[in-house]
Amino acid sequence: MPATPNPTGASPSGARKILVVGGGIAAQSVVEALRDRDATARITMVCEEPRLPWDRVSLSHLLIDGSVDELQLRPGTWYEDHGVELLVGERVTELDPVGHTARTSSGIEIAWDRCILATGSDALMPPIPGIDQEGVVAFRSPEDCATIQASADAGRPAAVIGGGLLGLEAARGIAARGATVTVVHLMDRLMERQLDANAAALLAPAMEELGVEVLLEKSTTRMRGVDGHVTGLDFADGTTLDADLVVMAIGIKSRTDLAKAAGLEVGRGIVVDDRLQTSAPDVFAVGECAEHRGMVYGIVAPIHDQTQVCAEAVLDGPEAAYTGSILSAKLKIMGVDLVSIGAAEGSGATVEDREARSYRKLVVQEGKLVGAVLMGDIKGHELLLDKVRTGHEVDDALALLAEASQASAADLPDTAQVCNCNGVCKGEIVQAIQDHDLGSTAEVVARTRAGAGCGTCKPLVKEILLDVRGGNVDENTYLCACLKQTREDIAGQIRAQGLESVSEVAAACGTGRECGGCNPGLAYLVSEINGNRHREERHARYINDRVHGNIQKDGTFSVVPRMKGGKTTSDELRRIADAADKYDIQTIKVTGGQRIDLLGVKKEDLPAIWEDLGMASGMAYAKSVRTVKTCVGSDHCRFGLDDSMGTGIEIEGMLEGLYTPAKVKLGVTGCPRNCAEAYIKDIGLVAIEGGWEVYVGGAGGTEVRKGDLLCTVGDKDEAIAASITFLQYYRETAEYKERTYTYMERMGLEAVQAVVFDEERGAALRERFHLAQAAAIRDPWLERRKPVVANQFSELDTEAPVFGFAPMAGDEAEAPASSAAEPVLAAGSATLAITYSDPTDGSNDR
Amino acid sequence: MIPTDIALAATDLASAGWVKVGTVDDLPELEGRRTTIEGRKVAVFRLLDGFAAIDAECPHKRGPLQDGLVADGCVTCPLHDRRIDLGTGEVMGHEGESVSVHEVYVDGTDLWVRLVGAA
Ligand code: SRM
Ligand SMILES: Cc1cc2nc3c(=O)[nH]c(=O)nc-3n(C[C@H](O)[C@H](O)[C@H](O)COP(=O)(O)OP(=O)(O)OC[C@H]3O[C@@H](n4cnc5c(N)ncnc54)[C@H](O)[C@@H]3O)c2cc1C
Ligand code: SF4
Ligand code: FES
Repeated sequence: MPATPNPTGASPSGARKILVVGGGIAAQSVVEALRDRDATARITMVCEEPRLPWDRVSLSHLLIDGSVDELQLRPGTWYEDHGVELLVGERVTELDPVGHTARTSSGIEIAWDRCILATGSDALMPPIPGIDQEGVVAFRSPEDCATIQASADAGRPAAVIGGGLLGLEAARGIAARGATVTVVHLMDRLMERQLDANAAALLAPAMEELGVEVLLEKSTTRMRGVDGHVTGLDFADGTTLDADLVVMAIGIKSRTDLAKAAGLEVGRGIVVDDRLQTSAPDVFAVGECAEHRGMVYGIVAPIHDQTQVCAEAVLDGPEAAYTGSILSAKLKIMGVDLVSIGAAEGSGATVEDREARSYRKLVVQEGKLVGAVLMGDIKGHELLLDKVRTGHEVDDALALLAEASQASAADLPDTAQVCNCNGVCKGEIVQAIQDHDLGSTAEVVARTRAGAGCGTCKPLVKEILLDVRGGNVDENTYLCACLKQTREDIAGQIRAQGLESVSEVAAACGTGRECGGCNPGLAYLVSEINGNRHREERHARYINDRVHGNIQKDGTFSVVPRMKGGKTTSDELRRIADAADKYDIQTIKVTGGQRIDLLGVKKEDLPAIWEDLGMASGMAYAKSVRTVKTCVGSDHCRFGLDDSMGTGIEIEGMLEGLYTPAKVKLGVTGCPRNCAEAYIKDIGLVAIEGGWEVYVGGAGGTEVRKGDLLCTVGDKDEAIAASITFLQYYRETAEYKERTYTYMERMGLEAVQAVVFDEERGAALRERFHLAQAAAIRDPWLERRKPVVANQFSELDTEAPVFGFAPMAGDEAEAPASSAAEPVLAAGSATLAITYSDPTDGSNDR
Repeated sequence: MIPTDIALAATDLASAGWVKVGTVDDLPELEGRRTTIEGRKVAVFRLLDGFAAIDAECPHKRGPLQDGLVADGCVTCPLHDRRIDLGTGEVMGHEGESVSVHEVYVDGTDLWVRLVGAA
């Protein structure tokens, strides 16, 4: 059956010219498959969309404030590095399979030896009267998302037509933005193609809990409207629904126009054989535009199966055949775990736990496993997919179900597909970890692309990594390790649902409820995303951040006042000396951060010693901006090239009080002799002849690392601007407890520079920095006068410190009222809304 | 931990071995504070659904448990992160290590603690 390749296939130069039409996942995948096999082929990719190929699977990220740039499948440089000519914003309008030429929308003529069509599909828009009005959109492009977002944010009611994977994902995105949304479905249950009735019956209430209404058995006959804008739906049964936004998600329609005009055989899609070849010998088709053995696939996994075979065929490689893919689907909605594999209907085994809302079913036909439905508890789905694929013989389906629920990464065969989005199986991941000595999930994702799509397989990728490396993995990939939620997962929910406190995050995502270990990390995340206009909950903070001192091994605390740039005055030194005497300080020490530490202070003495010192907190106990070390610089030093002391003091003033993912220390030196150790600081400024250098990611602790040169600029103001832009980017994108030295290794200098020096993104970062700084509490020690919780600095057996304030001062610090005569079991909350922007008592001297 | 079926006058409470350690308002939600009863340091915690009291010193290196993070019925020691179950006093993952658990009684707004074995 495979046609003999055209003998004229090779171009005169020897290198084959291959044209790929399309810029979606299929086009990108086939280009990579070609390049993997042939380093010299001349590949041209034409994509109609005005942007680099991007990951459509992750489209719903755009409903949570993301930008499509973040979804690029590969960075722009990839195409150059791999010798792929990429025409963006061009559409192929004519194709001549006989003359081997093509023409684009702007009139470019392209000659090719082989052509691959990856034109994808459009959303199916049935001819319902009124469907062409404004407010009716699909859920397929960034433009659709912009319309959906604007409507949802304006609080307008929405309807989503179609209760499949796509419709549910769209509805969840709309509900998360706070708008009313109803899923309208034609059939009597959701996702009827992937689920049996039992699983579907559990899914509907789960969606309703997420704020999505579900209407079943509704056939839309008309879309009502006013002035050309949709206002509602009429159903066949006479009922109606008001909606100012209608999202169509009932299916796809392959884009076959170009193929049809070229005379290729077209059915529902472009008809291909087992080599992915169309009816024309040198033209192939892959992805959602292709119809293979009567099937048009609407998911990603088959695409990767197809492109591997297609690349072999195009390059006249070893005979390979594509015989079809098993359909499997995973719902990407946080809080609703659902996987369906192959057939959903039929007999086999089921295990249901109504209370836990879990339902697991296997479908067996003629002794072979042909399908599975897992709802609530999806453990072992990779194993089951592999067994369905290989037509595993089953004697005891219940035993297999039990085996799957116990399956760990180690039990998976090498052939098991781990990442369905990018078609990566376990064997490839293991190989990559061993060959390249990968030590973190992020590295594995970057190298294998497993987990780079929808991201739901990342927990498994990590498990495999742990298994291969015998647990020897050093990373903080999960912010909440108990629920395997990453910082990004949680940040997405905080943004989408406008969460303002750790308790709200716990209520919405379950995060932090189990061991509580991630509460301090969550507290940071909530404060950062809300620009410090969050609701502070002290119980989520470490003791250091509740009493603003570093706890010592004997339970006392240390007191390190801020001394900007390491510069002090005789007056300050006198107050420090007096306080040390008055409070009987065991040890007074000059720290490595160019300031003074008073060690061994009792908790209840903290407010009073701070009052006597009359200096601001140096925040030497927090994940925050710590110190800015300086050298004397041009004020006194004969080598000084600029005012390092003044610059350091200025920068410390701008940054003081800001919390950061991990501690941040700065250094400013007046010349490259580096007396303030700027090269090994998180951010280091070095004066040079005619300007300043800014280094980031330096370290001189457990690790010693010279910082990366972020930029060289003309004056100190530019150096400071670059520093705060970098700092804000780090604040927003680092993992909790990730110091800049590991952060820079993970991110890469160029990637950081690309953002920090991008005019728009840089300006936006600076704006968010200033907003956060304006709402930060510059001196937490002012809480001595206005404590935020009862007995903030005392125990039940010590006196609350008194000097001019009542222990429960301030309206906000209302104690939980409870005068009930019976034992108090659930009491009010000590969660206090404190405004950080206005430390009204400002008499302290700094 | 929290006997709810007894209702006694303060004098009766005292004679039954209870010691008043403060009021419910003295403890912020999900935080702990130390008290001293008969020379013994006790950490009292306010949970989402009641109160708990355990010995205040961590069995590891005597870290002050009242200063730990509270979640899911456990407190995490502020010095080296041992997790201790507030219901049983056991140190998780360190078999054999534990602290004593004491009783707490809320009478109106008054908070009473009775040392284990003092009944
Ligand atoms: C007081 C001080 C030592 C001194 O007497 O000079 C100090 C004391 C502590 N350091 Fe430090 N570090 C001090 C300067 C430094 C420096 C030098 C510097 O800042 O220029 C470094 C290396 C620079 C760096 O961080 O890159 C330093 C690297 C560390 C590290 C290793 C961090 C790393 O990721 O490599 C730790 C451990 C950690 O953070 O997990 C640490 C942790 C600690 C802690 C907080 C340990 C703890 O959790 O209790 C110590 C607190 C003692 C206490 O209770 O007071 N300290 N520490 C210095 C206070 C500086 C200040 O004024 O704020
Ligand atoms: C919101 C959403 C969520 C999804 N979630 C999942 C999921 O979780 N799992 C899963 O497996 N699948 C998912 N899918 C499906 C998956 O995204 C698609 O199967 C996949 O993107 C199809 O890729 P493709 O390249 O074949 O087609 P397309 O993505 O449609 O790409 C075709 C590209 O070619 C361009 N093009 C078309 N004609 C021309 C021409 N003549 N000249 C130049 N360029 C042209 C188009 O503009 C387009 O950019 C999801 C889809 C959506 C919309
Ligand atoms: S070097 Fe070690 S012992 Fe010394 S202060 Fe730093 S953390 Fe403590
Ligand atoms: S003292 Fe409690 S863990 Fe070390």
